[in-house]
Amino acid sequence: MLGKTAGGLYWMFRFLERAENSARLIEAGFRIALTRSTDAEAEWKSVIVTSASQSAYDAQHTGYNSAQVVDFLLREPGNPSSVLSVIKSARDNARLVRTALTTEVWVAVNETWMQLTQVLKDPIPETELPAVLATIRQHSALVRGALHGTMLRNDIYDFCRLGTFVERMDSTARIIDVKYFSLLPSPSFVGSRLDNVQWETILRSVSAHRSFRWAVEDDFTAPAIADFLILDRRMPRSLSFCASQILANLEYLSEDCGKRAISHDMAEALLQRLKDRDITSIFEEGLHEFVANIIRDTAQIGQQIELDYRFLS
Amino acid sequence: MNTPQSYFSEMQSDTGVRSPYAAYDTWFAGQDNKRLTKKSAEAEAFFRRTGITFNVYGQSDAEERLIPFDLVPRIVSSGEWSKLSKGIDQRVHAINAFLHDIYNRQEILRAGIIPTGLIAQNDALLPQMMDFSPPGDVYTHIVGTDIVRTAESDFFVLEDNARTPSGVSYMLENRETMLQMFPELFSNIKVQPVSDYPKNLRRSLEASAPASCEGRPCVAVLTPGIHNSAYYEHSFLADQMGVELVEGHDLRVVDGHIAMRTTRGYKVIDVLYRRVDDEYLDPLTFNPNSMLGVPGIMDVYRAGNITIANAPGTGVADDKAIYSYMPEIVEFYTGERAILKNVETHRCSEPQTLKYVLDNLADLVVKEVHGSGGYGMLVGPAANKRELAEFALKLKANPANYIAQPTLALSTVPIFTKKGLAPRHVDLRPFALVSPKGVNITPGGLTRVALKEGSLVVNSSQGGGTKDTWVLED
Repeated sequence: MLGKTAGGLYWMFRFLERAENSARLIEAGFRIALTRSTDAEAEWKSVIVTSASQSAYDAQHTGYNSAQVVDFLLREPGNPSSVLSVIKSARDNARLVRTALTTEVWVAVNETWMQLTQVLKDPIPETELPAVLATIRQHSALVRGALHGTMLRNDIYDFCRLGTFVERMDSTARIIDVKYFSLLPSPSFVGSRLDNVQWETILRSVSAHRSFRWAVEDDFTAPAIADFLILDRRMPRSLSFCASQILANLEYLSEDCGKRAISHDMAEALLQRLKDRDITSIFEEGLHEFVANIIRDTAQIGQQIELDYRFLS
Repeated sequence: MNTPQSYFSEMQSDTGVRSPYAAYDTWFAGQDNKRLTKKSAEAEAFFRRTGITFNVYGQSDAEERLIPFDLVPRIVSSGEWSKLSKGIDQRVHAINAFLHDIYNRQEILRAGIIPTGLIAQNDALLPQMMDFSPPGDVYTHIVGTDIVRTAESDFFVLEDNARTPSGVSYMLENRETMLQMFPELFSNIKVQPVSDYPKNLRRSLEASAPASCEGRPCVAVLTPGIHNSAYYEHSFLADQMGVELVEGHDLRVVDGHIAMRTTRGYKVIDVLYRRVDDEYLDPLTFNPNSMLGVPGIMDVYRAGNITIANAPGTGVADDKAIYSYMPEIVEFYTGERAILKNVETHRCSEPQTLKYVLDNLADLVVKEVHGSGGYGMLVGPAANKRELAEFALKLKANPANYIAQPTLALSTVPIFTKKGLAPRHVDLRPFALVSPKGVNITPGGLTRVALKEGSLVVNSSQGGGTKDTWVLED
């Protein structure tokens, strides 16, 4: 496979994952804005921070009101991470790697782009927002379904999956990082109103407000949530799950190429840090530092993948 | 041509439906207009969804457009096709012999058949190709000959398109679309298939590999990238052939060969089907600012280590001034009279002719010698006084840059409209593949149709559409 093609596949799926993650973040923020109007401003700010677009946002706006933030995250052409921008980037990458995709995957991406460009043509009124966010998530599911159902499990598939999980790992880590204070086992917060709101937002941001209940039953505490998001290998957006997927796909690629790549070693080391850990030891190490390191290491693995597989040179 | 005139209709003659259309006509009579209207909309949605679009230059927004597809096929009998394909075969042989001659011994110039100046001052002539023979002496691996019809047995070649003819993806997709929309038609009417084209293209390219190539040749398609107007076609062809689609920055010279950067290192390419113009092919040889080409590829080519399809410098053969000599060229190299006729062509470089052209501008079609895509041309009968006057000035300023032809009474084929069938003018671009093993011509080709009533311009960039083209089985 061409290095450029590998890069196109990887980025196509990073962008698709990013669109879906943004939709989730907005959904969680929107819920708080509706139910807890006093916290709305702070909540929208943390959404902007989580989406790693604070400097771009601050360059255009002052204050964090709902309509402004939603529009910036969904439609702003000057925001390279807005849903509209990333869907276009995903589709451009899909065109670039058209020969590596099945018709089903290509059509799913192309339709996603056609639909969302239409849906996001004008600012979204509050009444329409839930439906629009649902459309974004549905289309993302459509592409993923086409990928799972029709693609050969070869190196093409591996690069798609790497893009998905590198992006998701980064996203989950950022969510934890922005809210880490509410996940600390501080006795004064436990059971307080603020805590409950924060926890619910976090869980909704990763579409896990229901699965968390199934998984942990009634241990509705900060450490349990942190444990779930970081270490639970059943949870498809946890750091541990993402790291094991990154490693698995790099293993397939090493096998395929008959050569072990540097990124493979790095992913193994990353997973090692999440394995056989309990949440208490992470708190002892310092949650913020721990997550900041994960974000940095994930970015480095991403860069190393680009080098190992000659995306650009 | 200011008086109303009758055009040859390929479907309808004075005595009824022409025989190639008989079975289709019967089927059509049993169709409901509403159903066909719905089918037509479905076809458009299908093209959009699958991304069968082209980019229009100079339009920043909504840059991707569909080429309108008309659901009435253009039908050619096997007898008509047999004559056409013989004529094309003869013509591509002559063009390849001509190119080899021009870049080597130049016998046709010595024989005084073509004025030396026309070659020596030709921008498309590449000095880098002189005294060099490409692998198998093939210059034009892919040719798309534009043919028009004016009467029952009058076919004319309008252009030879020996550089990088496009549109073959539409030929293939149009057929696929017709098969999906109207399967019942194909079980009643036996149409010669076109679907082998990608396989034949790959075979033909592989057969053109350099002599030094060992094992199965590695073929790749070189595209300028996703913003090129024909990008869809480039990716379609690579996909259908099962070869890599590369851009200039994927390639470099490795040990005297051109190689592509893969996830496992560099891999040698033996045959490059390039859809990048000569000028941008090699910044070390041609335009130094080109980012689309491969630095050093011309050296590799001249060393015999890669086949470039089509060869650089083939533009000399499809220049519109050279075109006017095609009957002589065919005769010179094949020893036979040309089977396909040329359109009478006035070379404006000659003072007497220029005067004639200026006097008769309102009746003529004037084209730039190096122009393509319907840009920069004047259709006299369709132009108003001011446009004629403006064009006359351009013509006087640089006469050698233009040729003029009579306005041809292009044949019509019906298109489907909400009110039923309506005649529109068409042309035909069959695709010929050339390799050292021979010429392969796909039955049919791309029919382009001027959708606007009365219009004679079929180019997609100027509001033309396409039709499926059927060559019937015997």
